[in-house]
Amino acid sequence: MDDMLHQVEPLIPALRRYARALMRDRASADDLVQDCLERAVSRWHQRRDGDVRAWLFTILHNLAVNQFRKSASRGRHVPIDETNEDSFGEAASQEQKLMYQDVLAKLARLPEDQREVLLLVAVEDLSYAEAANVLGIPVGTVMSRLSRARARLQQEIEGTAAPTNVVSLRRVT
Amino acid sequence: MNHRPITEDDLHAYVDQALAPERRREVAAYLDDHPEVARRVGAFSGQRDLLRAALAPIADEPLPAALNLARIIENRRRRPARLNWAMAAMLLLFVGAAGGWIMRGSLQASPNGLAALAQEATASYTVYAPDHERPVEMRASDTAQLVQWVSSRLHQEVKVPNLSPSGYRLMGGRLVATAHGPAAMFMYDNDHGSRIVVLTRPMNGRDENAPMTPHTKGDVAGFAWADGGMGYSLVGQAPADALRPLANEVRKQARAI
Repeated sequence: MDDMLHQVEPLIPALRRYARALMRDRASADDLVQDCLERAVSRWHQRRDGDVRAWLFTILHNLAVNQFRKSASRGRHVPIDETNEDSFGEAASQEQKLMYQDVLAKLARLPEDQREVLLLVAVEDLSYAEAANVLGIPVGTVMSRLSRARARLQQEIEGTAAPTNVVSLRRVT
Repeated sequence: MNHRPITEDDLHAYVDQALAPERRREVAAYLDDHPEVARRVGAFSGQRDLLRAALAPIADEPLPAALNLARIIENRRRRPARLNWAMAAMLLLFVGAAGGWIMRGSLQASPNGLAALAQEATASYTVYAPDHERPVEMRASDTAQLVQWVSSRLHQEVKVPNLSPSGYRLMGGRLVATAHGPAAMFMYDNDHGSRIVVLTRPMNGRDENAPMTPHTKGDVAGFAWADGGMGYSLVGQAPADALRPLANEVRKQARAI
């Protein structure tokens, strides 16, 4: 169990970060991480050899999917205005804070599948193959979702309220 | 110079710093020559930095007590009985279900042959396809082991049907218990997340060769058939018309062994 403590504990901040970016509000994100840790503890011995981090993200992803499904009928995320001012950290200056809130609000408008890929790859530094494993999808799908996520987020940032079904970026492979 | 063409995937890998140094240089050279693409790539890098900066403070927050891992481990140690209870409950359920199944046989004729196989495949689909945690016991990445496992249990060389040309990727599979012995189950999904299940087992003397027969239960449809002693059923939550070509494909591949 000590082995687990040493391997899992340093990863908790990253799990929280991912959960918060997915769920938007602190309480449900931390609940999700707590569920994830409890599962990790109870299944530690069933874990296959391989990256602990990817394994934990897989558990977290599966829990989040269940959560999304459950709450899909109740309306999903806490809109940005309702989140606690300091929900996203306190270290930043006011101007930065606004900028950060703005990009997170835009991130929240991405479809879940695109948001997950973007977060795992661009923020959590999972390789494309690891992200594919975590999400249970082929690497090709990771790439196309990543591409769509970035194009769409860019449209949001540049304020071109383009129709959501237009994909300006295509995989050329 | 004979460079491989630069792909969108390369551009993203460039942003994510996931390229080998040599390829990275090639992409950088390409971007030098293509300012419009470079602008887009620059914007993606900017997004990446902004997102990381915006989310970084969360990872720096002190962990709440509920996320104290040592405590979670400790709590679990103090109630190790919980797992045992859960296992006991599962065992009881299983005994109950098995008992019910056996009783059922004495009360009404249980189906045999192809009808039984169809029922088993539908039940497997109903139980495993909605499972988000562990729909399959072994993932597609362990296909070789999966094949070895189910083949040894079925005493039959089992081949995993390849449905990716039809848009269904193998997720993995597992061994399934049926009243007629072990069966191999393979699960697939497509880009929309729709799952289908293929169940196969020896027919043990009943309906050893049977033509493709449709079956439905509620909104779960499927096709069952048997060839040379092995029975197959392909099941999904889709119209029969959509499943039939998949079933045909599975049959074609199985015959090609």
